[in-house]
Amino acid sequence: MNCLICHTPYNPTVSWRYLLTLKKVDCLCSKCRNALMRIDGEICDSCGRPFAGLEPLHRQGRLCTDCVRWQEDDEWKDVLTKNRSVYMYDEFMKEVVALWKFRGDYAIVQAFQEEFCHEFDRYFDHTFLIVPIPLSAERLYERGFNQAKALAELLALPIHELLHRHHLEKQSKKSRRERLRTENVFQLSEKTSLQDRHIVLIDDIYTTGTTLRHAAKVLLKAGAASVSSFTLARG
Amino acid sequence: MIDYRALGGLPKQPLHEHFSPSSSLLSFLAGKQLLLSELPFPFEVVHQHYEHGYIVYKPSIVQHENRYVCVRCGNEDPHLFASFPCARCGEACVYCRKCIKMGRASQCNPLVSSTQIPPSSPFSSSLCWQGTLSPAQQLASDAVCEAIRRDGHLLVWAVCGAGKTEVLFHGIELALSQGKRVCLAAPRTDVILELAPRLKHVFPSVDVVALYGGSEDRGKLASLTLSTTHQLLRYHQAFDVMIVDEVDAFPYSVDATLTHTVEQARKPISSLIYLTATPNETWQREVNIGKRHAVTIPARYHRHPLPVPVFEWCGNWKKLWKKKRLPANVINWIHLHLEQKKQAFLFVPHIDFLEQIVPLLKSFHPSIEGVHAEDPLRKEKVQQFRQGHIPLLVTTTILERGVTIPNIDVAVLGAEQAIFTESALVQIAGRVGRSAQYPNGDVRFFHYGKTQEMVAAKRQIERMNKEAAERGLLKTQ
Repeated sequence: MNCLICHTPYNPTVSWRYLLTLKKVDCLCSKCRNALMRIDGEICDSCGRPFAGLEPLHRQGRLCTDCVRWQEDDEWKDVLTKNRSVYMYDEFMKEVVALWKFRGDYAIVQAFQEEFCHEFDRYFDHTFLIVPIPLSAERLYERGFNQAKALAELLALPIHELLHRHHLEKQSKKSRRERLRTENVFQLSEKTSLQDRHIVLIDDIYTTGTTLRHAAKVLLKAGAASVSSFTLARG
Repeated sequence: MIDYRALGGLPKQPLHEHFSPSSSLLSFLAGKQLLLSELPFPFEVVHQHYEHGYIVYKPSIVQHENRYVCVRCGNEDPHLFASFPCARCGEACVYCRKCIKMGRASQCNPLVSSTQIPPSSPFSSSLCWQGTLSPAQQLASDAVCEAIRRDGHLLVWAVCGAGKTEVLFHGIELALSQGKRVCLAAPRTDVILELAPRLKHVFPSVDVVALYGGSEDRGKLASLTLSTTHQLLRYHQAFDVMIVDEVDAFPYSVDATLTHTVEQARKPISSLIYLTATPNETWQREVNIGKRHAVTIPARYHRHPLPVPVFEWCGNWKKLWKKKRLPANVINWIHLHLEQKKQAFLFVPHIDFLEQIVPLLKSFHPSIEGVHAEDPLRKEKVQQFRQGHIPLLVTTTILERGVTIPNIDVAVLGAEQAIFTESALVQIAGRVGRSAQYPNGDVRFFHYGKTQEMVAAKRQIERMNKEAAERGLLKTQ
């Protein structure tokens, strides 16, 4: 077999466990698998950022200082109930995401399947309404697929495409302050009652959390009981 | 809605003389074959040029006997195709994973090429070079000129250190004087970066571009183009003379992509010249039976014979390493070099093993270093070795080519391992005795069982020395 990411041949470990539980053989070589850093240990209650490796200066009790700032802002307080992410957005993950999302090698999404589902079950369940963060029509045309939707599809649960996004310049080129100031690019794509529904937004990366909060705001306004988010990586 | 999937199958249209084409679109596409998505022009504009016969579409993925084939890179490996729910065509769209770094070639993203290739202007006596060729180089140079004159094929088989770049100068000058476009391609960026300034220097009046990942010249078409074989994937029937250097080198040695790319990038009538120090077995056989037109340069420019490798059995070094020990003769060889203060490369088969043994070797001498392909300090370490600060550099096969340092010895530990092919071993031996000042040196293959590859490498070197002697190309002692 050849590794899905690095293409080098490897021998997947096959044990009795695989035969008995019908567990799928890993599509990554052990080197690439081990290079994907799962978030583990103590994390910020709110944004799911690992405290390990974070300077004590950036921590206040169970929250990181970024989340404290969000909570101090009347406009953004409690907009996002919590975020959880599967992997660290480190150098290796950046390369993998670049290949998958920007180069457009869709097949890579398989590599995340097992851990993405596992972590979802740890923090959420099927009572949540699953809403992928959309791309603008222009961006979708350019990329050919929406990476957030591809991730949501891994969960094998109903997906609700409730949001619509206008086209604006690329988020990644803006600073946090700029992102905060920008108007909300999301709107509800259809009129539905979200009364008493708990929603989990799906996206590829949580960087500052601004995009997710903008989306959450629209959903809360439409009556959602709470909005959380679940992303592949935490920047 | 536009049916993007059908575009690739559309027939070529006759040229409408009355249409005034966009010059920026035509120059963007000149000599190239690009994905529709790579063109920075609105689709309507592109399609008008098709309708008026200025461009043609080609599917980028085709099905051939139930297998997918990537038309751009030639990939046929079923594992390197995948599909995705495509927002553009609304279907499960098959794409090539092999060349995806050059943009996604998929079923609804056809290849676009221009039917118009602008001619190149001729240059008279463009070569500014005072050097002289050795008799063997002169013979090869004449053969290169001849191949270019009659748009033929040629293999230049030149030993490591023969001075093969100089052999091309007169041929390139001839081609340029006839208004031909010349391309010199090599698999590795390092080679392009090294050759570009040399060629710009000897052809000062000629437009020269260097194409590699991240290069500023990407997409340009010039009279003299230097390109990695990878970047060549974007070119289409562009060159009258195609010279491919280091055909045997990683990563293309076992790769049909190279042939595919080269065939697409050169014109149907053009000359094709391959340069190598270590042709593979098939090519060697074809040369021997006269099926492949070849010219050999069996001697180095300094006219000393090539150092011949010495085989030395070192026992089961892997098993010994489990006890954190290295074979005694290998240790002796290292100590000898440290005492004599003679710099050396020690080649090992794997990165893992390299990383394990370097700490032990550092206890012999603290300045000993290890270097491998993924080492971020690779350039710095080679530089320090060059300056003499590192007595022994432990390396994987990445340093087998290109690195030329006077007066060094080399050893291979585990020469029987599969990674050390005939070609790799000839290249490794070729690091030694490169300068006229120090034309000799020690090449030692420490092994746990001789392999055919080792024997073939040694035989190839000896055969070259013999041919050189017979042709009177060596200095008489």
